[in-house]
Amino acid sequence: MKMNPIQVSNLTVAYDRKPVLQEVTFQMPEGKLIGVVGPNGAGKSTLIKAILGLIPTASGSVEIYGKAYRTQRKLVGYVPQRGSVDWDFPTNALDVVLMGRYGHIGWFRRPGKKDTAIAMQALDKVGMKEYAGRQISQLSGGQQQRVFLARALAQDATVYFMDEPFVGVDAATEKAIISLLNELKAQGKTVLVVHHDLQTVKEYFDWTLLLNKRKIALGPTEEVFTVDHLQKTYGGRLAFLDTQVSPSYVVQP
Amino acid sequence: MFYELLSTLQDANTQWVLLGTILLGIASGVLGSFALLRKQSLIGDAMAHAALPGICLAFLLYGTKSIGWFLVGAALSGLLATYFIQVIINHSRIKEDTAIGLVLSVFFGFGIVLLTKIAQTENGNQSGLDDFIFGQAASLVGNDVRVISAIAIVLLLVTWLLFKELKLFTFDRQFAKGIGLPTGLLNGLLMTLIVSAVVIGLQAVGVILMAAMLITPAISARYWTDRLDRMVIVAGTIGALSGMLGTILSSMANRLPTGPVIVLAATVIFLISLIFAPHRGLVSKGLKLYRIRKIVARETVLQTLYDLSEEVSITNKKIRFSKEALLSRRKMTVRKLDSNLKRLQKEGYVHHIKDMWSLTESGGSKAYEIVFNNRLFEIYTMYEMKFASLQFAANDVWDYRNIDSSTLKELEQLMAIHERTPKLAPKYFGKGETFRKENSSQSAKKRKKEVKSL
Ligand SMILES: Nc1ncnc2c1ncn2[C@@H]1O[C@H](COP(=O)(O)OP(=O)(O)O)[C@@H](O)[C@H]1O
Ligand SMILES: [Mg+2]
Repeated sequence: MKMNPIQVSNLTVAYDRKPVLQEVTFQMPEGKLIGVVGPNGAGKSTLIKAILGLIPTASGSVEIYGKAYRTQRKLVGYVPQRGSVDWDFPTNALDVVLMGRYGHIGWFRRPGKKDTAIAMQALDKVGMKEYAGRQISQLSGGQQQRVFLARALAQDATVYFMDEPFVGVDAATEKAIISLLNELKAQGKTVLVVHHDLQTVKEYFDWTLLLNKRKIALGPTEEVFTVDHLQKTYGGRLAFLDTQVSPSYVVQP
Repeated sequence: MFYELLSTLQDANTQWVLLGTILLGIASGVLGSFALLRKQSLIGDAMAHAALPGICLAFLLYGTKSIGWFLVGAALSGLLATYFIQVIINHSRIKEDTAIGLVLSVFFGFGIVLLTKIAQTENGNQSGLDDFIFGQAASLVGNDVRVISAIAIVLLLVTWLLFKELKLFTFDRQFAKGIGLPTGLLNGLLMTLIVSAVVIGLQAVGVILMAAMLITPAISARYWTDRLDRMVIVAGTIGALSGMLGTILSSMANRLPTGPVIVLAATVIFLISLIFAPHRGLVSKGLKLYRIRKIVARETVLQTLYDLSEEVSITNKKIRFSKEALLSRRKMTVRKLDSNLKRLQKEGYVHHIKDMWSLTESGGSKAYEIVFNNRLFEIYTMYEMKFASLQFAANDVWDYRNIDSSTLKELEQLMAIHERTPKLAPKYFGKGETFRKENSSQSAKKRKKEVKSL
């Protein structure tokens, strides 16, 4: 029997008393590009953090390929939101990508030639090889995002979690990133991406998870990305620009 | 003076003390770098001030001076203060900096009260506790130096062993946790290392200035390098230098407090870094800005002359322009324009008849290149998506000579479609005052239209 790359059961998370995620249960299929959409504060980042064990959960369990995340760390790659770190930190692009190797290197030891080669390869894949020695504060937003992506690639994982990799990124970078994600998919890897632009969901993702505190819907994008589900997810905040078969949506501020 | 220095250095006791202050200088520089990057400079200050009552209580309980008990007392009251700060932040609307200031002054005040009390007791005057206020390296005895040095070496060793982990933890805590590093433990460890570095410096540098000793070398080091490993080494070196200078100067000047001298030395190094460091220093930044401004002004003058020539070439007017015409096109001070024109004239790019300026042939080709490059960049930004691959080129200074020929051709075609191709080939500038005869009437009409629509 083939195991699911991601299996979340009855996951509930609360920062204070009020739950941010409630009884979320789902299984992700292998080898798919999966988009997670929902309004601001819906708990998208929280979901990823809870799966990766970065925050304590109130109840529920998470399994990566049938085992607890703790024992499967090397199978998982993570791209945090770009704003979560201080980009003025004294380090260069290559060094950040090398951090993706730390999980494989283990305690006390320093990255070796092989790790550097893998990191350079990852930088090359995102088109940033020439920037390897560049101080990270001197990179544009899109370039910083690509460095984070390269770090995840250097993790050499099977399941990837990416939190809003397209925010603050120029159109060219967005295109480059999405083709890279498709490449990962072609290698049989599973990629879960938190996404905020409803316009491109259909174009980018095989599967979609609609989330707002609870799971609203999960399935192949054509099936679940419907007006009905979107209204349930976004409530009154969704306005329709036109009412054609494939309408465009705008989330009102 | 020199003789005095020599005799100071030959003194065995001074050498011993020197070793201690150098080691603790290195340790505070290295761990100060981490404190700075974790934005915990204020915590260092709080710890140092809050240590005073702990030291005094240790003296009162133990009865005599003892470095071991002092360290324990200092660490305990420092930790207690940190705990209070956390409680205040968590259970009130007071912000961190205010909470730190509050706790720091209460602890320090209590420390001063205890100190006064001790001074009034019998052997209080000889207690040497006053030294903890402003620091007195000379008061370090053999045992003190041994303990301080040993702790400093342990701190450095731990930092060296866990450098990779501490770096990742400091840069990206979430990611560190994700790959399985015990971030809670690392946080506690790093906190302990920083607190220890503060505590071992208290006797030599004093509670008031120890935080400066922690942070100043780190800030200075940040100016010289963009890599954490080098920053840590530079900060350690600056810490060592400051410790050394402070100790020597204060022992030469008969029991001058060491702390202020050490911190003064560190501050001088900081000022030197601020002004002279490559890339980040004020001088380097100023020079760079000056160079860029110079290049931009020069290109602007050439481009303006070219633009005006291009427009005028479809009329009967002469392609000579007054300074006013140039200035009305691009904002620039008259003095700047004058100096640029003068320099360009010297280089043979422009010439003038009376007050009217124009490009020479070589100036024309220079200007053509600049205009071509700039307009090509405009086209590129319009079609950024189409040329995504260019984004990946190493050089982010836009220069058409770095673009491969097929892409360049495409861009040029787009430029032609948008009628942005520079119309005056450089050779025309050699031919005299008007070009209208050179152009076919049709394209001239088209250009007239374009110029109007500008
Ligand atoms: N560290 C935290 N402490 C308390 N509340 C938090 C924390 N992080 C997020 N929240 C709250 O949890 C909710 C979900 O946040 P998040 O998962 O970041 O949403 P999303 O990523 O979907 O925009 C929000 O209401 C947010 O205010
Ligand atoms: Mg989020």
